Amino acid sequence: MTRLLQIEFIKLWNNRISKILIVSYFLLLTSIALVAAIKFDIGPINFHLADQGIFNFPYIWHFNTYVTALFKLFLAIVIVSMMANEYSNKTIKQNLIDGLSKKEFILSKFLTVVSFSLISTLFVFIVSLVLGLAYSDFNEISIIFSDLEFLLAFFIKLVGFFSFCLFLGILVKRSAFALGFLILWMIIEQMLFGLLGWKFVSWDTAKMIKSLFPLQSMSNLIEEPFSRLNAVQSVAAQMGEKFNFDYQVHWYEIAVVLTWIGLFIYLSYAILKKRDL
Amino acid sequence: MSTILTVNNLTKKFGYLTAVKNLSFTIEKGNVYGILGPNGSGKSTTLGIVLNVVNRTMGDFFWFDGHTSTHNALKKVGAIIERPNFYPYMTAVQNLKLVCKIKEVEEDKIEEKLELVGLLDRKNSKFQTYSLGMKQRLAIASALLNDPEILILDEPTNGLDPQGIHQIRQIIKKIAADGTTILLASHLLDEVEKVCSHVVILRKGEKLYSGRVDGMLASHGFFELKSENTLGLRVYLEKHASFGSIKVENDLITAILKEDMDASELNQALIAEDIILSHLVKRKESLEEQFLTLTKNQVN
Repeated sequence: MTRLLQIEFIKLWNNRISKILIVSYFLLLTSIALVAAIKFDIGPINFHLADQGIFNFPYIWHFNTYVTALFKLFLAIVIVSMMANEYSNKTIKQNLIDGLSKKEFILSKFLTVVSFSLISTLFVFIVSLVLGLAYSDFNEISIIFSDLEFLLAFFIKLVGFFSFCLFLGILVKRSAFALGFLILWMIIEQMLFGLLGWKFVSWDTAKMIKSLFPLQSMSNLIEEPFSRLNAVQSVAAQMGEKFNFDYQVHWYEIAVVLTWIGLFIYLSYAILKKRDL
Repeated sequence: MSTILTVNNLTKKFGYLTAVKNLSFTIEKGNVYGILGPNGSGKSTTLGIVLNVVNRTMGDFFWFDGHTSTHNALKKVGAIIERPNFYPYMTAVQNLKLVCKIKEVEEDKIEEKLELVGLLDRKNSKFQTYSLGMKQRLAIASALLNDPEILILDEPTNGLDPQGIHQIRQIIKKIAADGTTILLASHLLDEVEKVCSHVVILRKGEKLYSGRVDGMLASHGFFELKSENTLGLRVYLEKHASFGSIKVENDLITAILKEDMDASELNQALIAEDIILSHLVKRKESLEEQFLTLTKNQVN
């Protein structure tokens, strides 16, 4: 297993663009700490974002995992191109001739994806912990370490998304087209949802079906955290609205994404196995 | 002698096209093999199948004794297919280190092999800055990293300039002299003739011949003769039972042998007949002539 990771590491780390993207991704993950510095002092209004409760435990786990997940697009580019470049450089052919099996080839890519997700999760955990300890109003151990399932959801969300990228890289073989296809797929999911709700089934059923789509199921793992903020809730209450969202991470949502991960990796392997290079 | 590769009734179809038809041959250790055939005769497809990058339609093949999986066997094989494929943004050394990781061998041979192909002074240049000849030589270095049981080369001189072709041939000869088994696919007959002891000849995916180069045609060679007395010589040859057809071009006579005959024997007999030769050469058909004869026979 370390051999496969080392192989991928040599390929990625010697590529300047990949290196820059990976480094900037992790810098961005850390940069969420900068949000703490947002401060307005306009006359009588003193606004310090860090004081608004976004860094309170356990809410911070929810907030940070949601926001940092947006940066995953950077790594998506790296992952799609690390797959597609093997085709355009024909190095996949040479790898196989040199004695890497097709299974090992897919496994090495998948292990890389898992490592990226694991390191990202660890990063977010440490940054959030530090931020929380600095700004949170509650500092009891039991509160700090509650709601950690958001980290698990974050990890699975990343593995799922990157597995999808891997699959697209193998399927399309050109990194630009694969990224284009990724965006197209986002739109397709929305259109399918619209079509289902409009013509075929009730909107509720359509919503349920939509939550089974790959990208939607990944985004469902962590719901948006903003409406959960006290400030937002109180504003809403004044307007006579009351949010009643379910913010929890559900096991069945995780199960759906895990199924997609299995499917994407299996299909990648099946395509590679069937194709003549 | 141990067998390195066994191919049994291998068939590959691309849609309606049959690229390889029912092909069988074996590769024994220590020989230098050539796979010969015109473009599109299935050479690269055959190599692609045994190298795990093309799926077979029917038949099977196994490496060595058949007890190792293909990808593990390939770690003991060195192969280059068509164009050299490396990571363009990595240097020669970085690329070779990667190959070492894949083949699970130590990295201590990198310098030695780069030296062998004459790339040591460019070892830290990126692959994308190499000329085609250098790329091809790096590919050979890479294929030799594991001191392979067999070296497979598919059209190694394709697209190279004369100097590059010469360099590659020198390297191949050096490797062959070390006793490494080589399998060389080419449509260049003189290339194969210069280095190979055995050939497999393909045409449209079918095997026409496999065996030793000199056993390809059951021929005894031919004489090229010149004499002042062309007519006398010709009459003598036509009467002689050992000769088949006689061709005269300008004043050069080519006489095909039907049975074995020594050059000095002929010379002595002719002197006794008072026919003095100014030119006497005994030759075997070149691989090219044999190849053309063989492919022509198959058409008819």
